[in-house]
Amino acid sequence: MAASLRVLRRRIRSTKNIAQITKAMEMVAASRIVKAQNRVHAARPYSDEFTHVLKTAAKAGASDHPLLVAREEPGRTGVLVVTSDRGLCGGYNANVLREAERLMRELNSAGKEPQLFVIGGKGTAYFRFRKRDMAGQWTGFSEVPDYPNATRAADTMTACFLAGSAETVQGESEDEQQGSSDGSGEGGEGASRSSSFVPPKEAEGLDGVDELHVVYTAFNSLSSQRVTSSQIAPLELEEDDESSDGESDGSGSGDSQERQAEYEFEPEPEVLFDRLMPKYLRARVFAALLDAAASESAARQRAMKAATDNANDLVDNLTREANQARQAQITQEISEIVGGANALAE
Amino acid sequence: MATMEVAIVGVEKRLWSGEASFVSARTVDGDIGLLPGHQPMIAALDEAGVVRIDPSEGESFHAAVFGGFLSVTAESVTILAELAEMAEEIDVASARDELQRAEGGGDDFDDAAAAAARARARLRAAGESPDR
Repeated sequence: MAASLRVLRRRIRSTKNIAQITKAMEMVAASRIVKAQNRVHAARPYSDEFTHVLKTAAKAGASDHPLLVAREEPGRTGVLVVTSDRGLCGGYNANVLREAERLMRELNSAGKEPQLFVIGGKGTAYFRFRKRDMAGQWTGFSEVPDYPNATRAADTMTACFLAGSAETVQGESEDEQQGSSDGSGEGGEGASRSSSFVPPKEAEGLDGVDELHVVYTAFNSLSSQRVTSSQIAPLELEEDDESSDGESDGSGSGDSQERQAEYEFEPEPEVLFDRLMPKYLRARVFAALLDAAASESAARQRAMKAATDNANDLVDNLTREANQARQAQITQEISEIVGGANALAE
Repeated sequence: MATMEVAIVGVEKRLWSGEASFVSARTVDGDIGLLPGHQPMIAALDEAGVVRIDPSEGESFHAAVFGGFLSVTAESVTILAELAEMAEEIDVASARDELQRAEGGGDDFDDAAAAAARARARLRAAGESPDR
């Protein structure tokens, strides 16, 4: 009897410890959400405006740049999967990976061979375990992504996209050998106009792709995050065929006027879009990373709250059991003493 | 006086937005001045350049803009930049240090040149002369 009491007490203690840890993680996640949420909101104008500008330009028929016009018979297709580095966040990664698998099945059946790019330790582990080839993998920043992180991933994908599915990514040409591809993405090639984009080293030799998709968890609000897959390149123009639908780009302000207005481009459209494309993909990837980071923290907070609650319930039950055991022990001791005294009295 | 909506939007946040009567910036093809009612335009800005904005109220100000481009419609100018700093945020001393280091030359000529250009833009935006 005494043994089981001791066992119960030990379990109560360890469960309390677990509850303490999960409570701490919950609070860390909660404070992270607020920060991540602010970053999502602060960064949204950039990616929204960028998308708006490009769509307007594309509608104005500015250019048949590969970013704007879908390729005929797309072959290989790049899929970027954004997962978290650490676990303990409920179904967060499982949901993303399930959606990624669904998208890849869909692409496969459409005759497009998916090529994986994975962000986050959980995703890379998942695909490595299944012995699936990953063209690119990046880890270590899923909770607090910054722009250079996005740049590294986006530039690799840009290089693949520019190559097209018939080709592989070529290394830098001789005279550009000095060009920086340090991934910081803020400076680089100065005044060089012809090729403002230098493919990063890690992209060399990768197979090219015709389309780019991204699978991530969109952060709508604290209580609602949804796994989303969307095509980031080429741009999806909703009203390619019906030219009357002005609302589709989300802003809709003065859209019909803008389309009629003659757009001026400086430098000429081809060169301009060459410059804008890497920036655009970086912006989209960065936005996806920020959303995913906020969603990850939200998922972790929920998971840890549930864990804390469960641990506390368990402690309650165990305490009750322990009390019963203690009572039983005391009762038994009393009856033993009474029995012993009675025996002596006789 | 006619005004237009102007916004400087960085990757991480919207730096400034409001009504303005004049915007000047340096595109890859040269300096450009924008007044309300300008022809719609999309232009790539210098990798490291300075933007001047005359708001309809208050003093005109500068900002250093890196890797940016601008989109112009008749009523609005939007400057999108991978990195942007308002003049008052710029640390002049550290920009000067950076310029000196960059001009001292690194192993990588292009990197050093780009860093020097960035430092110069910062100094110009802060109203300092880069060549002292």
